[in-house]
Amino acid sequence: MSAVLLGSRRQRDLTALARLLRGLHLDGFLLAGIAAVMAVGLLAGFSAGGQSSTVVWGQAVRMGAALATMVLIAQVPPVWLRRTSPWAYAMGFGLLALVLIAGDVGKGAQRWLDFGLRFQPSEIMKLAVPMMLAALLHDRPLPPSAGLIAACLGLIFAPVALIALQPDLGTAILIALSGAAVVFLAGIGAAYIIGALGLVFVSLPALWYLVMHDYQKRRVLTLINPDSDPLGAGYHIIQSKIAIGSGGLFGKGWLNGSQGQLEFLPERSTDFIFAVIGEEFGLLGAVSLLLIYLFIVGRGLVIATTAQDTFSRLLAGSISLTFFFYIFVNTAMVTGLVPVVGVPLPLVSLGGTSMVTLLAGFGILMSIQTHRKLLAQ
Amino acid sequence: MATTLRIKDHWSEQRLFTRRVIVSALFVFGLTTLVLWRLAQLQVAGYDYFSAQSQGNRIRIQPMPPTRGLIFDRSGNVLAENTPSYQLELIPEQVPDLDQTLTRLAESDLIAAEDIGELRALIDSHRRFDSIAIRQRLDDDDVARFAVQRPRFPGVEIRARLARNYPYGEAMSHAIGYVGGINAAEKRELDESDYAGTSLIGKVSIERTYEDELHGQVGHAEVLVNARGRIMDTLGNDMARPGADLILTLDSRTQLVAWEAMAGRRGAVVAIAPDTGEILTFISSPSYDANAFSSGLTRKEFNALQTDLDRPLFNRALRGAYPPGSTIKPILALGGLHHGAMSPDEKDYCIGFFQLPGKSHRYRDWKPQGHGPMDMHDAIAESCDVYFYKLATKLEIDRMANFLQRFGLGEQTGVDLGGEKAGLVPDPGWKRRSFSNRGDQVWFPGETVITGIGQGYLLATPLQLAHATATIAARGNRYRPTMLKGRRDPTTGEIVYTDPEPLKPVGVDDDEQWDRIHSAMNAVLQGDNGTARAVGMDAPLTMAGKSGTAQVFTVAQDEEYDAEEISERMRDHALFIAFAPLQAPRIAVAVIVENGESGSRTAAPIARSVIETYLAESS
Repeated sequence: MSAVLLGSRRQRDLTALARLLRGLHLDGFLLAGIAAVMAVGLLAGFSAGGQSSTVVWGQAVRMGAALATMVLIAQVPPVWLRRTSPWAYAMGFGLLALVLIAGDVGKGAQRWLDFGLRFQPSEIMKLAVPMMLAALLHDRPLPPSAGLIAACLGLIFAPVALIALQPDLGTAILIALSGAAVVFLAGIGAAYIIGALGLVFVSLPALWYLVMHDYQKRRVLTLINPDSDPLGAGYHIIQSKIAIGSGGLFGKGWLNGSQGQLEFLPERSTDFIFAVIGEEFGLLGAVSLLLIYLFIVGRGLVIATTAQDTFSRLLAGSISLTFFFYIFVNTAMVTGLVPVVGVPLPLVSLGGTSMVTLLAGFGILMSIQTHRKLLAQ
Repeated sequence: MATTLRIKDHWSEQRLFTRRVIVSALFVFGLTTLVLWRLAQLQVAGYDYFSAQSQGNRIRIQPMPPTRGLIFDRSGNVLAENTPSYQLELIPEQVPDLDQTLTRLAESDLIAAEDIGELRALIDSHRRFDSIAIRQRLDDDDVARFAVQRPRFPGVEIRARLARNYPYGEAMSHAIGYVGGINAAEKRELDESDYAGTSLIGKVSIERTYEDELHGQVGHAEVLVNARGRIMDTLGNDMARPGADLILTLDSRTQLVAWEAMAGRRGAVVAIAPDTGEILTFISSPSYDANAFSSGLTRKEFNALQTDLDRPLFNRALRGAYPPGSTIKPILALGGLHHGAMSPDEKDYCIGFFQLPGKSHRYRDWKPQGHGPMDMHDAIAESCDVYFYKLATKLEIDRMANFLQRFGLGEQTGVDLGGEKAGLVPDPGWKRRSFSNRGDQVWFPGETVITGIGQGYLLATPLQLAHATATIAARGNRYRPTMLKGRRDPTTGEIVYTDPEPLKPVGVDDDEQWDRIHSAMNAVLQGDNGTARAVGMDAPLTMAGKSGTAQVFTVAQDEEYDAEEISERMRDHALFIAFAPLQAPRIAVAVIVENGESGSRTAAPIARSVIETYLAESS
């Protein structure tokens, strides 16, 4: 209807754009959402990174590389993705095992070199785990049988355990959630879900006493009472809340946030960049950013529901929901709702190689969306 | 299997999936609402409270860098200290015109004009309110010149900082190392909060190995800052804890004597106390001035050091692998005794060459006319090659390699200096593993023969040779070589000494066998026919030693040397190992002079002066 109201020239331009996007196998809605978030990222990054143009350029280059990866992956038809899933999973798993063995050799001073090595396999697994599960469930009748569910849980547990051993609990949890999302979307019964939630609840004390390190426990305790150690573990949360709270409705303005600019806020350019946004752009800015995120997640879920085979549906759903987990965990952490865990704000936090993985995921979503019609005809 | 076969029902699966997505979407909305509610709570309901917290005077935590620990030698001489020095610092946001300021500074000769490009990049990589050092080590003239023109340079200030100073300069650089600016790779490895307010880190040798202890613990000052971040007042301190002072095992006087004796020639001198493993002397020559590194080297100066043909940055004592030549003969002779391969008093006639049974190739002695009848004692004293060719064929390569390894050859000594080379003790197994070509994998009997005089594949570092010599002196007791004698708490002055770390002993318990080796090595310097009798004869104390000469068989083809240079660099390496006093050894030393031609003529005098200096001083 609205198309009728548009001038014919503008209409032509729009269809040309649509044709270009389609030729490149890109989804305009997703692309627009991602670009908007990245623009916010560069603005906030300049402010949080000490107003250094080199820092922002570095981030722009990383964004460019990640976008190129996305475009590249969008060209790959979902069928190929499905066939490569077991290989990607096997390779990622092998590398994880390798890193664990090699990681024992050099402790102490070599810690960060290890980190550089260990980073990549777990990045592969962020996509390989949901791909593997979706490929496994693809030609099985759904909802899955008990045996199939057990197989899925095994495929999730093995790499997650290896990553947790590294130890990188944050990534392990996110990968477990991405796998759980596939299993949930595959339609397992309510009894299973309630059972699993119950199991998690029951195992919490064991987690507390046996698995969690002291510094992790301290983070949980300071969440409950940050003022118990205002210059120590509670410092992050206190400064972050002051930054966001003092931003008010409209914020202090770009580059004018005293909390961020005067370095009261730790890790302001990475994990706590949402606090800089809250301080400088206020409630209005923070809510706008969340709405753009929500738009991206929503678009991802729409792509999932209109996808035409089980693999594509499950994978698209899992990627979209995992993206949301990132956003929720980070924003909830920065606003003091959940304990401090090292999860960056996707597409906005400076640095990190995880952006390539994130955009590779969006490349898959775009591939699923744009290869759909070609398959149908 | 008689289970009910379930068939994929695409239509119902699609509907099931859609339902699940709707549930997920509700979940997403729920959690988002939670965050939104929290934001509203902080930014709307809590605005007044948080705003007041951020508005009022702000308390800022400022890092106070610790003082780096001092380094002393074994008798308390300072080897590395911190001296105040003036540097020029610039705060970008207070400089109205950066280009103009830098040009003016260059005109006044306060910075080098060719460094302006690099300085710009340095300034751009910092935050606008950071104070950036643009020139270190200003002398009095510079300070005066700047003071007069100060109004021309807004945003530029002179600050006093502590700079690392190495009083002994070149002579100690390879042993102690130096500090330099933290580079990007190091920045990733270290915890940045520990290095807040510091820009220097230990780069090599002691400064690097003991970085964690020398560095100390950063302190914090709680200061009141205004909205622009200027410090208004200091509220409280959590004092920085200075790094520990290190007391090294080095003996400065001996070190200097050795350094002067090397006279800039390429080579190394390492001396070790046999009963503790303490390193008394550690020279790699030529060297560089560590002070130049700690004050910041220009690219040109660094390139000059790096491209120097004599490779002054290369730590020969730690990383130079040389064929040990005849210096290993005492060890092999002991192996022969231990395994009963040779009876020591039996005389063997040396005719100037040796042939393997049924082969025509002649393995020549260094003395073409031969040594005549030789027992083990004479064979060591006169360094008869033929005797050791025969010993090698009787011991065979596996036992020979094993015995050399018992003295620590072929593996890192584990000294507390990074980047040590392991050298090489070859055996048939090593050859099989290391060569890809089948024909090269075979161990030839001739290779056993030449291993007997320390040639062939055998390689050892000067440090390993000194360690092996110390082991001979200590009759098979081994201690890990170390540079660290103790640590001193800078505040209390309390010294904690480190204990010697014993290594697996050689495992030869027969004292008579050791006596024979010691006496033969004594004859090298102080016997009638010893190869180094010219050096040892008039010595007031009893010394033991062994000369060695290593052939230089490789010359890099792609490097351009002039004719004289080539012939100089083709000459044999001169080696000498020694220990003293003979009865109760207190020092063992290994000397290598590259292309020095003769171990007994070139290297032995250096060994003697090191030994005499040390013993004269400590007795």
